[in-house]
Amino acid sequence: MSLNNQSKLGGRQPMSLLEDQLRISGFGEVALGYTEEQAIAEAKRCLQCKKPLCQQGCPVNIDIKDFIGLIAEGKFSEACEKIKEKNSLPAVCGRVCPQEEQCEIKCIVGIKGEAVAIGRLERFVADHVMSMEREKVDCAIQAGKKVAVVGSGPAGLACASELAKLCYDVTMYEAFHEPGGVLMYGIPQFRLPKEIVKEEVEFLRQIGVKIECNVIIGKTLTIDDLFAMGFEAVFLGTGAGLPYFLGIEGENLNGVYSANEFLTRVNLMRAYKFPEYRTPVHVGNRVAVVGAGNVAMDAARTAKRLGAEVHIIYRRSEEEMPARKEEIEHAKEEEIQFQTLSNPLRLIGDDKGYVTGIVCEKMELGEPDSSGRRRPQPIPNSEFTIDIDTLVVAVGQGPNPIVTQATPELQVNKWGNIIVDEQTGATSIPGVYAGGDVVTGAATVIKAMGAGKIAAVGIHDYLIAKE
Amino acid sequence: MFKVLRKKVLSDTGNDRVVLLDIEAPLVAKKHQPGHFIMLRIDEKGERIPLTIADTNLETGAVTIIAQEVGITSKQLGRLEAGDYILDFVGPLGQAAHYPEHKHVVCIGGGLGVAPLYPEVKHLHEIDSHVTTIIGARTKEILILEEEMRKHSHQFYVATDDGSYGTKGFVTTVLQQMIDDQQPVDLVIAIGPIPMMKAVANLTRQYNIKTLVSLNSLMVDGTGMCGACRVTVGGETKFTCIDGPEFDGHLVDFDEQMRRLNMYKDKEKSALALEGCGGVGRCH
Ligand SMILES: Cc1cc2nc3c(=O)[nH]c(=O)nc-3n(C[C@H](O)[C@H](O)[C@H](O)COP(=O)(O)OP(=O)(O)OC[C@H]3O[C@@H](n4cnc5c(N)ncnc54)[C@H](O)[C@@H]3O)c2cc1C
Ligand SMILES: Cc1cc2nc3c(=O)[nH]c(=O)nc-3n(C[C@H](O)[C@H](O)[C@H](O)COP(=O)(O)OP(=O)(O)OC[C@H]3O[C@@H](n4cnc5c(N)ncnc54)[C@H](O)[C@@H]3O)c2cc1C
Ligand code: SF4
Ligand code: FES
Repeated sequence: MSLNNQSKLGGRQPMSLLEDQLRISGFGEVALGYTEEQAIAEAKRCLQCKKPLCQQGCPVNIDIKDFIGLIAEGKFSEACEKIKEKNSLPAVCGRVCPQEEQCEIKCIVGIKGEAVAIGRLERFVADHVMSMEREKVDCAIQAGKKVAVVGSGPAGLACASELAKLCYDVTMYEAFHEPGGVLMYGIPQFRLPKEIVKEEVEFLRQIGVKIECNVIIGKTLTIDDLFAMGFEAVFLGTGAGLPYFLGIEGENLNGVYSANEFLTRVNLMRAYKFPEYRTPVHVGNRVAVVGAGNVAMDAARTAKRLGAEVHIIYRRSEEEMPARKEEIEHAKEEEIQFQTLSNPLRLIGDDKGYVTGIVCEKMELGEPDSSGRRRPQPIPNSEFTIDIDTLVVAVGQGPNPIVTQATPELQVNKWGNIIVDEQTGATSIPGVYAGGDVVTGAATVIKAMGAGKIAAVGIHDYLIAKE
Repeated sequence: MFKVLRKKVLSDTGNDRVVLLDIEAPLVAKKHQPGHFIMLRIDEKGERIPLTIADTNLETGAVTIIAQEVGITSKQLGRLEAGDYILDFVGPLGQAAHYPEHKHVVCIGGGLGVAPLYPEVKHLHEIDSHVTTIIGARTKEILILEEEMRKHSHQFYVATDDGSYGTKGFVTTVLQQMIDDQQPVDLVIAIGPIPMMKAVANLTRQYNIKTLVSLNSLMVDGTGMCGACRVTVGGETKFTCIDGPEFDGHLVDFDEQMRRLNMYKDKEKSALALEGCGGVGRCH
């Protein structure tokens, strides 16, 4: 075997990381990305398969093999164009997509060695091109039709950008004061720098999308108002913003946060710069986070950076943790302690009403349940207490109910998710489309973007047919 | 950016200032119903805080808010003048207050609670309820909106703790008197400090008079996203911003609310100290 092939089947190019000490003392980005040489070397590990399986694993069907081929030739801008044919947010997706279970898991190289680092390559080209002049979309024929996009998370951003490229007159409405959805208020700076999200939003403005912040659809304006204002179609990408709690005793004690509140205070409102920024956050010396998804890892690593000793409490074992592998690894490197097979029972507080401890019981894994995961069962008489002064609950979110409450005609399922036709994104109201977490429940950035794109096509077809 | 159209100082005792501002926000004005509130952020570094919509003007697009200067954001708000701008102003939020047909509604406002009570009094008067209003304060000087309230009430009472005006005592003293006089009361709406709302609810519970209270929980988004505003009502967790802010006073866990409101007391002091009296103008 030639040297070249050996390296193909062997390991991938490592990505350099921020030094440990710098990491937990600040909010700088942890993963530092590839250099040009590393990117080319990594791209050369790709076998350029005739039938690229990686592409099938990608929810938005990026021409992965082609863009990697262009990197191998040093054509970085062309590679970026190639990705952008299918995905308008590569700098975001290259950082936060669970590639290991989407494209990379299918990569042929991965069968014998480590899969091609598709995500890191995506991130590399996006970062490389970020600084360069962006292509203007030329709308010779002004379609002139107005479309409203509600919510500015990945679903809304993707839908708005597709529609703008089709030369619709798009206005995006956002409840918060900054566009970006979870990318802005949820995912922390050290994993996804806010400048990157802002850059993507700026791109939308450049291609003509109008962005109105501080407008809550269902409150400030209803869907009927939007139609009365001349919008001919509406896309709802309002996300899954309603936090779930555990429903255990003591949950309303001071110092108990939902992950949404904790992360919003720190990320969107910059509480880590309190009192320069005016929003406070209470982080004691010992923080526990319940849950083990991406949201829990983000909350835990954020608390660490605010100076606390952090414990993750999870009912099942490490194997079942839903977070991305990379995030779990980073959390461990940052000395976050994992209390697996532990189930919270109740919280204890002091006489001023602040949380002081969490009582848990030990669990063991029984037979697999209907979801295929082994069901955790309590071990009798195994209660133990962890002393804490802050608890962050990260056990999932439901759909934000404001739009659906204000629009009773909009059909929803029993969990409050909007029901749509999967092929087009159409809801039960003609001209109203939806996608992203508000339809699927909490999912991923790329799935939300995929849904936004499908709805853009659905809206386009609907508006053409309407003529 | 949202323009300040008008500013008026409603009361000023040196420590306790209450200011009224009209903010130009036509979309919010158009949708407002009694019970609604807004969230605002003054500048880039500011906190988002909730304030009740006290009144609106559809012609000028003005939304009236009334704020008591308690901490850093409300003090900053108090420094604004007509012509200034604030960065974010969003709403209207919360469930609008819905009143079934009521013959006699007693509206009780304590301290600053008089401001959020005002649009409800006005509305009840418009829909031809018999409105009795009781407003209370520590002392005469800090009473606000007396004339406006009087105009929309059939019966009107004032109670001051120190007896400097109206009945000496609490708003509950007046309410107890009405009950003792056998005046039939169909509904009580009480808005004010938590101890006051708790006292009213404890009183009306004995006579089985339905009582609504409006909670001023701490909030971050005001749209049901963070859970900061949670409150226990009848043993269930509710979010003040999307389920309230008005709740059945007989079911609210007031002690928990009181505790949660005090959560950031020390931090707020440190923010105020940092702001100091030097840098940013007026100091109280
Ligand atoms: C902390 C955290 C970490 C995550 N990490 C990852 C990760 O590593 N990888 C990954 O793939 N996914 C991750 N996710 C999940 C991913 O972020 C979501 O699946 C995705 O953002 C959903 O996109 P969306 O556009 O549907 O909704 P959102 O991003 O939630 O955006 C919805 C937007 O709509 C606005 N809105 C809501 N209601 C209204 C209204 N009535 N009027 C106007 N605006 C409204 C909201 O303010 C918000 O800005 C994470 C999520 C969180 C919370
Ligand atoms: C739905 C709703 C409607 C409201 N309407 C009005 C209104 O019309 N006018 C008005 O003046 N206020 C109103 N409030 C209260 C207002 O939001 C707070 O006074 C404000 O957030 C204080 O901000 P600050 O930065 O000035 O003070 P902070 O620096 O945040 O706090 C200063 C002090 O005030 C206490 N405090 C903080 N928040 C509250 C609160 N929500 N209630 C009571 N004490 C608090 C703190 O414990 C602290 O001691 C309302 C609150 C809600 C939830
Ligand atoms: S499956 Fe792997 S080797 Fe094949 S084209 Fe895709 S990235 Fe390249
Ligand atoms: S303020 Fe965030 S949920 Fe009510």
